[in-house]
Amino acid sequence: MTADLIVRDLHVAVEEKVILKGVNLELKKGEIHALMGPNGSGKSTLANVLMGNPFYQVIKGEVLFKGEDLLSMSPDERARKGLFIAFQYPVSIPGVSFASFLRTAVSARRGYEKELMPISEFQKLVREKLGLLQLDPSILTRYVNDGFSGGEKKRAEILQLAMLEPEVAILDETDSGLDIDGVKVVAEGIQALYERSQGNLGILLITHYSRILKYIRPHTVHVMFDGRLVVSGGPDLAEELDARGYDWIREQYAVVTAEIQETGAVRRAGKVFWVQH
Amino acid sequence: MATNPLGIELDQYKWGFRDPERYVFKSRKGLDREVVEMISYMKEEPDWMRAFRLHSLEVFLKKPMPNWGADLSELDFNDIYYYVKPTERQGRSWEEVPDYIKQTFDRLGIPEAERKFLAGVGAQYESEVVYHNLKEEWEKKGVIFVDTDTAVREYPDLVREYFGTVVPPEDNKFAALNSAVWSGGSFIYVPEGVHVDIPLQAYFRINAENMGQFERTLIICEPGSSVHYVEGCTAPIYTTASLHSAVVEIIVKEGARCRYTTIQNWSKNVYNLVTKRAVAYRDATMEWIDGNLGSKVTMKYPSVFMLEPGAKAEILSIAFAGKGQHQDPGGKVVHAAPYTQSVIVSKSIAKDGGRAGYRGLVKVYPGAKGSKCAVRCDALILDEHSRSDTYPYMEIEEDEVAVTHEATVSKVSDEQLFYLMARGIKENEAMNMIVRGFIEPVAKELPLEYAVELNRLIELEMEGSVG
Ligand SMILES: Nc1ncnc2c1ncn2[C@@H]1O[C@H](COP(=O)(O)OP(=O)(O)O)[C@@H](O)[C@H]1O
Ligand SMILES: [Mg+2]
Repeated sequence: MTADLIVRDLHVAVEEKVILKGVNLELKKGEIHALMGPNGSGKSTLANVLMGNPFYQVIKGEVLFKGEDLLSMSPDERARKGLFIAFQYPVSIPGVSFASFLRTAVSARRGYEKELMPISEFQKLVREKLGLLQLDPSILTRYVNDGFSGGEKKRAEILQLAMLEPEVAILDETDSGLDIDGVKVVAEGIQALYERSQGNLGILLITHYSRILKYIRPHTVHVMFDGRLVVSGGPDLAEELDARGYDWIREQYAVVTAEIQETGAVRRAGKVFWVQH
Repeated sequence: MATNPLGIELDQYKWGFRDPERYVFKSRKGLDREVVEMISYMKEEPDWMRAFRLHSLEVFLKKPMPNWGADLSELDFNDIYYYVKPTERQGRSWEEVPDYIKQTFDRLGIPEAERKFLAGVGAQYESEVVYHNLKEEWEKKGVIFVDTDTAVREYPDLVREYFGTVVPPEDNKFAALNSAVWSGGSFIYVPEGVHVDIPLQAYFRINAENMGQFERTLIICEPGSSVHYVEGCTAPIYTTASLHSAVVEIIVKEGARCRYTTIQNWSKNVYNLVTKRAVAYRDATMEWIDGNLGSKVTMKYPSVFMLEPGAKAEILSIAFAGKGQHQDPGGKVVHAAPYTQSVIVSKSIAKDGGRAGYRGLVKVYPGAKGSKCAVRCDALILDEHSRSDTYPYMEIEEDEVAVTHEATVSKVSDEQLFYLMARGIKENEAMNMIVRGFIEPVAKELPLEYAVELNRLIELEMEGSVG
């Protein structure tokens, strides 16, 4: 089976500045990939560009989602087809109640064209998912992300994941800004959703720390550095990063970049490799 | 298409609809002493009202046009009918209301809305009120809710005591015009201590080309009473300019509370120039809630004069200006006594070259110590052709007061739009949600069915705004 999300040689710029410099990635439904890397390496950029944030310009490369050209789709089309992103910094939308927003979103995802899904069905669904994330139902009457605490914002993102039942979900630092208990609730929620999906959900878990990986075991771990995925490995790579930090990657990366200037071939220094296209 | 709670066929509604004109009497265009005399004669009015009208005409003719605010240069006073009478007799019960008028109301959804929500309806079709229905228990409590013409006949002393005392003809040119040619409108009297807990509602509509609508509303709240009056306007679309110039006067006595809610959706050729003013006495509360969607030009600044300590005022307004529209709404609060409080919240939206804004005055007289006033005006501009103007005037003549003013002008945020779209919501719906969210602080104060209707109207206005 081919992967559900295929990213090939993706180059992306923000306001003229090139951020992603050739990202390659394949993700199948049922798989969990962790994406790690130091601050500013381009993880959020990748997440946003996959969701179609118009702020980021694709300069090169292609992305296939379930065999279709993802980059030609509008963000809402991508979402309705089953792609999801839990934002690192969710924006607030004053005046729009979380309940009506959720109901509109779920209705769109489920293919309701003109009307919304029946309110009773919606309420049944949302009550169950609220429990899963230990969210107070009063959150539904508040405005979207408006005045939410850091923890509420993150849990509200995962609530949306639970409601929308995507096929591929990108979770951008859903664990950061949370205390230990907060990480536990969110991570267990994600793990539960993953298990329930019975192989129908693929996750790209962007994270800074390995602590969330205690609850959610990834199949593969990637490290992003300077706009490229420079190391891939199994779950033990995360532990290694935890123990050793990113400095060794930085050093090996420096070796590779120096050599590649000259030869332009596949290069490797320790664990760091780089395919020049 | 989403269900419309008022049962209006929206496509037709968007373009306007008209019944064939069937009038028993139709006055000629233009305004002079003879026309005013004729109106008074047709209404069989007492001499004092005829004298009031004639005096007002003099004032109108002398007063210059306002030289501020919106452009009124295309308004031709000689090209307007000042009085049109739809039926010879006023309908006393629903059965007596002519069928063609019922049909229009059907299209506006009034009978259905009435079944569900209305307790009393005063619907003004053309220049006269054709149907009035007041709940019996209120009648027993002494509440009067009739059209103002009827009030002049049946409650002459009451009307005479208050009429023109809050907005005298000398106030401004359009108040003078209304005073000379007024017809219809609502008269409400709430006796001491009586609470009218279901909103009183009225629908207004213009339905003759080049016909002015000059209704006159007078509300008197005796001490300790309360009432909520709702005025909803929708109008068909015409090709030539039309004028709506109403006067609303409200007296809120000690400890009483009055809320006046309007949503105007005049057709896009109407000049909507309205004078609304209330006086609030000790510990009384006056609230104006004002939604302006339609019209070519709207100039409307509901005001509250707080005359005694403890009086409170709240003015909430929403304005939406599309192509060719200029919405110049606002509010005026006058603190003329100590410990008075006021809040003004204005939300304006401009798109397709429209202009919408806020014009307001906060006046605090010397000695009005301990008073508080908070003004907040937010503008949302949907494209680069549209504009927003804010004119917040402050005349503060007392030091011991707390006055705050906040103003924002913003565009629809790309971040918000992307967030909603990332959840599968289409761009135009996402835009609608953001706009609805923007007006929500005011819209939530509306009765539910009006809030729904307002959202629906804004959705219609928003159509085609995104690619
Ligand atoms: N919205 C933005 N505006 C300006 N620069 C941005 C924006 N998003 C990302 N960048 C730049 O792109 C680079 C990568 O950022 P980001 O993708 O947020 O990294 P990460 O998520 O790995 O911390 C940074 O140098 C950052 O300055
Ligand atoms: Mg990031």
